[in-house]
Amino acid sequence: MKTIFAYLDSVNGTIKRTAFEIATAAAKLKAEKGSEVFAIAVNADNSIAEQVKEYGIENFINIKSDLLAKFSSQATAEAIFQAAQEKGADVFLFPATSAGLELAPRISAKMKAGYIADVIDFKFDGDTMLIKKPVYAGKAIITNKINTEVKVLSLRPNVFTAVKNPAGSVNFVDFTPNLNNENVKAFVSNTFKNEGKLDVKEADIIVSGGRGMKDADQFGIIEDLAGTLGAAVGASRAVVDAGWRPHGEQVGQTGKTVSPTLYIACGISGAIQHLAGMSTSKFILAVNKDKDAPIFKVSDFGIVGDLFDVVPKLNEGIKKIKG
Amino acid sequence: MNILVAISRVPDTTTKILVGSNGRNIDTNNVKFILNPYDEFALEEAIQLKEKNGGKVIAITVGPAQAQETLRSALAMGADEAVHCKIESEFDSNTVAVNIADYAKRMNPDIIFMGKQSIDFDSLQLPSLLSEHLNLPLATIVTKLTIEGTSVKAEREIEGGKELVETSLPCIISAQKGLNDPRYPKLPDIMKAKKKPIEEIEATTSDLFVEVVGMELPSKTRLNKMFGSEDADINEVVRLLHEEAKVI
Ligand SMILES: Cc1cc2nc3c(=O)[nH]c(=O)nc-3n(C[C@H](O)[C@H](O)[C@H](O)COP(=O)(O)OP(=O)(O)OC[C@H]3O[C@@H](n4cnc5c(N)ncnc54)[C@H](O)[C@@H]3O)c2cc1C
Ligand SMILES: Nc1ncnc2c1ncn2[C@@H]1O[C@H](COP(=O)(O)O)[C@@H](O)[C@H]1O
Repeated sequence: MKTIFAYLDSVNGTIKRTAFEIATAAAKLKAEKGSEVFAIAVNADNSIAEQVKEYGIENFINIKSDLLAKFSSQATAEAIFQAAQEKGADVFLFPATSAGLELAPRISAKMKAGYIADVIDFKFDGDTMLIKKPVYAGKAIITNKINTEVKVLSLRPNVFTAVKNPAGSVNFVDFTPNLNNENVKAFVSNTFKNEGKLDVKEADIIVSGGRGMKDADQFGIIEDLAGTLGAAVGASRAVVDAGWRPHGEQVGQTGKTVSPTLYIACGISGAIQHLAGMSTSKFILAVNKDKDAPIFKVSDFGIVGDLFDVVPKLNEGIKKIKG
Repeated sequence: MNILVAISRVPDTTTKILVGSNGRNIDTNNVKFILNPYDEFALEEAIQLKEKNGGKVIAITVGPAQAQETLRSALAMGADEAVHCKIESEFDSNTVAVNIADYAKRMNPDIIFMGKQSIDFDSLQLPSLLSEHLNLPLATIVTKLTIEGTSVKAEREIEGGKELVETSLPCIISAQKGLNDPRYPKLPDIMKAKKKPIEEIEATTSDLFVEVVGMELPSKTRLNKMFGSEDADINEVVRLLHEEAKVI
């Protein structure tokens, strides 16, 4: 645990929120094991370094290559690997995001190192790092140890709370990797954003609708509530299969696994496959007209009533406290 | 086209998970095992590609004796051949990757399909591991695939949107829900599958990179506060969210 590489996920030079969580986790390792931490970003703006400094990062490696202008996990992993060999990195932290989940296993293959995906906690028992991750869609949690000297982890977003702990100054290093066209045989040629919408994976609060919404047009009240809360809209599979909402919003076993601070389930019965995707949410509020709906068993707050009456009232009430 | 599909055997999604007596694995008594749901999308895409271009679809799995049932499911869906890479000792993803890579090097497939993740350990790592071991390009979490000649365009899901990945054959694709509608095998297909060959090979074993030392059930206790839908109820819920839970 001498040298930690903390990968900062960025889009067009701007870092994502997960970067601060990764930085905080790296700072925790540094505090416990005295490791040296290097934040890694690709073709990033140096202003990023100023931001991560707030979270205790002292070294910032900016990987610069024209071949990385378009994202390619194969090439990015190769570049990180080259930088890692130069610095002797033996711990790698990635966010468990679409990019991180491709990079982390690649680094583990290159370093012949053990990798644990989607980590929710780690601690030390003497020198042994004990690493927790959810399995079976959150129905169980396993504790792992990595037997290899080098260790690779991807951390589940929204679980490691970012804590400010400013570092004195940041030491910048530009790193130019040795890449060729072979490394970019697969690359991202285009990105489409779901216009103006917050993704359930990144949201702090999610307002989800189920079959109880009756039809696609009724989702306006869900969107209004989400708007007031700055939340993302989620959906059950019943609703996605009916074509009322896009698949990207589906929460559950065959949709997305989310852990927001607040999950609001409206007209969702609470089938086991839905729970699999959201049961690790910090707080759960359910609105359902059936007092025996299974969703209430996993809820912190349950409102028994007609959602077409309750959801607009909730919206009004929340608007009031938001001033 | 020679197509390889890597499949895994996982507990059914409705399984109630209990911790086994060794405290490290699930109790598999009364657990029904199925073909990993994402691998059905992988298989369907492979079969459609073969129906269009000719060639054959080979399904491979690395696992203990019971894994043969999973291969039978793949054969029933329409895979032509199946390969069982046998391993009885404990294994990790690295071992699976090494073994699939060894087989792929001998077979030289034009394309390899996998599921985006196994719904047991949910680690989404094998496609990337295989891409490294075989030095083949990869697109993961794919919801739309277009192949023209050797050029490949894959739409994949990312946070808040989609990405278009461009690459070329041979390559590896990991399938996400939405890629297609997997077919349900009909009875005659299931009968025919029983007669199709399953090649058995011994897996190469290696030291475990990672080890499970314990398993527990999530212990989250919920407040379970119930309310009606009167204005006073709603106001109280809003107050609790604001003042007690401090989430709004
Ligand atoms: C392999 C597999 C994978 C699956 N993956 C997923 C997944 O990823 N995500 C997922 O969500 N599901 C998944 N499912 C489906 C799951 O089993 C359920 O069928 C689904 O979650 C049900 O959706 P729902 O709760 O919206 O609908 P329903 O179960 O029909 O529930 C509707 C609820 O709305 C309530 N309601 C109706 N009208 C009102 C009203 N006016 N006011 C208040 N409440 C009202 C009803 O009381 C009821 O509880 C999967 C199933 C399988 C077999
Ligand atoms: N034991 C296995 N044998 C063959 N293929 C596997 C095995 N485990 C996982 N896979 C493949 O790898 C994909 C991703 O699995 P994972 O990385 O374990 O989440 C699965 O959808 C399968 O296609």
